[in-house]
Order: sequence, then structure tokens, then C-alpha cells
Amino acid sequence: MEKRIEDYIPIVGRDNIDELRLIAEKLKGKTIQNINSTAVGGGVAEILSRIVPLLNNLGVVTKWDVIKGGTDFFQVTKKIHNALHGKRENITRNNIKTFFETTKANIKELRLYGDIIFVHDPQPIALIQEKKSHPGAKWIWRCHVDVSQPITGVWRFLKKFIERYDATVFSAPSFAQKLKLRQFMICPSIDPLSEKNREITRVEILSVLKKYGLPHNKPLVTQVSRFDRLKDPLGVIDAFKLVQKRVDCHLVLAGSHAADDPESSEVLAEVRERVKDDSNIHILLVDPETNDFDINGLQRGSSVIVQKSIREGFALTVTEALWKARPVVASAVGGIPLQIAHKYSGLLCHSVEGAAMQIKQFLNNPDYAAKLGANGKEHVKQNFLLSRHLRDYMLLFLALYSTKDIVYL
Amino acid sequence: MPTLKKAENPFYFSTRLILRELTGRRARNIKELLKGIKTVPGSVIYNHTHQFLQQHIYLSPEPPNDFAYWVREFLGDDTLGERLNSIDTCDYVTIRDLRNAIIKTIRDYLALKKTPFRNAPKGTEFNFIKAYSFVLPTPYVAYDLKEFLEGIKKISVYSIYFHMFEAKLRLERGTNDFSFWLGTSLNEPELADKIAGLDPYTYTLEDLREKLIKLIEKYL
Repeated sequence: MEKRIEDYIPIVGRDNIDELRLIAEKLKGKTIQNINSTAVGGGVAEILSRIVPLLNNLGVVTKWDVIKGGTDFFQVTKKIHNALHGKRENITRNNIKTFFETTKANIKELRLYGDIIFVHDPQPIALIQEKKSHPGAKWIWRCHVDVSQPITGVWRFLKKFIERYDATVFSAPSFAQKLKLRQFMICPSIDPLSEKNREITRVEILSVLKKYGLPHNKPLVTQVSRFDRLKDPLGVIDAFKLVQKRVDCHLVLAGSHAADDPESSEVLAEVRERVKDDSNIHILLVDPETNDFDINGLQRGSSVIVQKSIREGFALTVTEALWKARPVVASAVGGIPLQIAHKYSGLLCHSVEGAAMQIKQFLNNPDYAAKLGANGKEHVKQNFLLSRHLRDYMLLFLALYSTKDIVYL
Repeated sequence: MPTLKKAENPFYFSTRLILRELTGRRARNIKELLKGIKTVPGSVIYNHTHQFLQQHIYLSPEPPNDFAYWVREFLGDDTLGERLNSIDTCDYVTIRDLRNAIIKTIRDYLALKKTPFRNAPKGTEFNFIKAYSFVLPTPYVAYDLKEFLEGIKKISVYSIYFHMFEAKLRLERGTNDFSFWLGTSLNEPELADKIAGLDPYTYTLEDLREKLIKLIEKYL
């Protein structure tokens, strides 16, 4: 069922929702046109599917259009995406030709009508070529990708388009670039009413533990992530083995496995090899049908959540864990230091040994773990819920019409 | 029951919301941090001396500024971290003065430091970020102390923040808005002084709201 803004009052308070209404008033008469490359699947579509109805519910006229493209176009944009993440890709002249031809076709087909045209990610980025045909419209490019270490050539190619926008938005400070336009920082968010994050009962939590054959009377240390080297599952196992010497506990590595992704299969095999016959380590391939509910139960049923990634985007799995008041041990990469203030709302680590030490700290000091877990939940409530995301987007739209440091509305 | 004093000029509660703008500027060590602090706009200094307070409004009283937190946690320099942390933000009525105090603290420390400069681990560099403020009126207006108390109870913590912190320091008004109105429009100088005498930086924003409520109730 579609959520209404009032549904969030019990969580964030009436005062916060009243403020959203005050800001929305200031956007009366403006139409926001979101453009991305897919209506379903992936993080961008998920967040738009939540944000667009709620902005409309607040009275901000918000639309969402999707560009079209063939397999060849999406193969090129996948290469661009990988290159933004720092992976070398062979982008050919033909690839570039495909990119421009598809953009041209979309320009022909897509009606641009927004007072604010909000373009998401690299796929539709070149629509900005139409800026002159829509005088008065403001254009924003929203980058959802970690661009802290992009491949230079690809970044230069995109930069020519980016600098024609009126503003750009990144998810974390480390993604900021040297650009000749204003760069805003808007962190992603989680929906506290979604299946993955809603409150569930103790009975429901136990049902999930039972489903996956996990003990309910031993502390569980859990990392939720896909089987990917950048998530360092082997490092998590090594850290757990150090913890296990001193504390009787179990490790859960929960993730999905894409059969068509050869790297995922390789990593999964390496993980199984490292685990060998240790019955205290559980490798879970989460049921895709009930993924969100199961992850909710696994996170809530764990004593410590780990995210020992080598690289990260914003790391929404950390946000989800903090929201559930779980003590979190995570690497200081990507958006994680924004979410965890070390020793206030969780513990940061930089090595296998450091991760092990921090996990033990939590397992051996339940009061300390509970305090930091409670702080973490409050931190997410104040900064990383959907209501804050709505507020930032509306402020961003208003910011396009002023350049002063303090704006009186 | 005595009649409440009515102000000719009412108190209009406003709120302040922040959007963060990235500067793309980073510091890896204390020298680069100092260079940045000297040259970035005032709104960046404001952000890093107040961001922690706004983002961690639930934490019990230890709101360090971002510089202190970073120096301590990522450069591992407890001594400088402690010195930066103990800069009393209440002592400064302009961002310029606050910036100079931070610069002096780092300079004095560096003059004595004999060990080499340490770089923060990769990915934990200090990112200079600017606070972009929006001030907007709320529907709450107070003509007397009772309405003022009601307003304090209903506004968001961001509104309390605006009237207690932003008005004083960034807008260079010398005192906070509540004390100014209570003293000049409602003729409640004692209550005005008591509120002005609070160190708001050592309360969480919700605790500060409670403290204000208790103080005002004594005068009703």
C-alpha cells in the first residue's frame, strides 16, 4: 500500500512532518521531472518509487520519466558505471556512437516539461544537450555512484555534460570532485516502514533464525552483503576466528548469489573453502522471495553487525543495522564514517585484527553495545530516514533559485 | 491569578534547515587542515563547529567540533584533539573570532610539536563542507510567556537550534533570540539573563528544550 506522509509521524514526530509541509509550500507552482533509466530494479528506482509519491503527497508536483535504450546501450552504460567505480573498461568508438544515438532517440521521444529537471546517474546524462531548448528550466544531475576514484578518461567524458547542469548531487563527501558548479551532498536514506526495516516481533525474528538453522541462544555476528571481494568476506571470517578464540559465538554471512555472475561464484567458493567444516560459521544464500523480511529478522536477531568492506558506496546495510539499534563494527570507507561516529554510534575498524577487537568489545560489554546501538538508531532517525531525504531534495530545489549562504523563505 | 504581561512585538518562531554543499577540498594531515581552516568561507567553519551538534542531537553532553573529532580519531592526536575540543564556542560572537581561535590553537600546538606529521588513513581525509541555511517562519507566535512556552514545546529542535545558536553566532546578534525578546519586548530581564547564561553547547537539543521549559515555567 502506498505510504502517506502522515504515516511517518509516529516515527519522526509531528514537528518534523510540519516542517516538510512548510518547505513544500515554497515549491508551489513548480513541477519536478525526474528522469532515470529504469522503473524497477536497482537502488535508484527503489528510492524514486518511495520519494515521488510522498513529494506529491506533500503538494510538490513530481513526475518520473524513464529513458529507453537497447541492450547495446545498457552494455555501454554498464561499462561507464564500472569505470566510475574505478574499473578499467574498454569503451570503443562504437560504444560512444551507441550512447549518443540512444540519447538522440530519447531527446526525440521524451517530453521535457519540468521546471526542475532532475536527472539520475550517467545513463540519461547527455539529455542536458537539450538545455537551450528549455530556457528557464533548472537542471540537476544526481550521481548515485561512488565516484571517489573514477577512471580519468570516462570521468572527463562525463564532466563535459555535468558542467552544463545547474547543480550536482553526491552521496558522500569523498565523492566530491573538482567541478565548476555547485555540488550538494545528499545522503541516501532508508524507509522505516518498508519490509526490511519495519518493527517485527521476537517471534518473527526467531522464525527467521529457525528457517536458516541458526542458534537463538548464542551471540550471532552477522555481515549482510553480496559475495563480492570488495565486501571482504574472507577478512570477516579471519576476524571471526580471532574472536572465536575468546568468545563462544556464531558468524553469519548472509547474501544473495547471482548465478550469472562468475565473480560471485568464485568468491562464494573461496568463502566455503576458508570456512571448511567450522559449524559455527553459517553461509546463507537468502531466499529472494522473502529477502527483505529475512534480512530484517537476521539483523534484529544478531548481537553484532559487521560491514568490513574494502570499498563502499554509502553502505545502506549499515544504515539498516543501526536503525535496528544493533551495535555495528564497520570499515571506515565510503559513506560509513558519516553513519558511524567512532565510539559514539558504533566502532570503526581498519584491519582484520581491529575488527576482531571491536567485535569482542561489543560481545563482552553488552551495556556498551546497547548504548552505542541506541545512539546509532537515533543517528539514523535524525539523519538517514526517508523524511530527511525528502527535506534535502526540497531544499535542493529551492537552492537552485538562490546563491546566498543564508536563504530567508 | 496575575495577568500575563503582553508584548507589543510578538515573538515569531522560525526554523532553520541546512543543506550541505561540498567544496571538493580535503585535508590529509594537520598542516593541510590548518591551511583549509584559514581560507575556507565562514559558512564552512560554521558547519564544522556546529555540524556534530546538529547531527548528533541525541548524544549526551560531549559535542566536539568536527576538527577535534577528526584530529583525535583519525590523526590519533589526543592532545590537539582535546585542545580543539575545549575551545568554548560560547565565548565567540562571530565566526571570524572562532576561526582565529581555532587557527591559534593549531599554530601554538604545531610550534611545540617535534614529531612528523601523520596522514589520516586513506578514505578518512577531512572533507570541508559548507552549510547552506534556509530560514523559514513557523506558524507559532507568542505575545506572552504562556504562548512562548507553548511555542517552545511545539517547535522542532531545528527551530530551537536556530534561535539559540544560529542567531547568536552566525548572524552575529550577540545574544540568542529568546533572551533578546524576553529582555527587550516582554520585560523579563532575569529570565532573559538566565537563558543567555546557559551553555547550550553542553546540552543535547532535547535536553535544552527541557531546560528552557523548566526555566520559563518558574516565571509563569
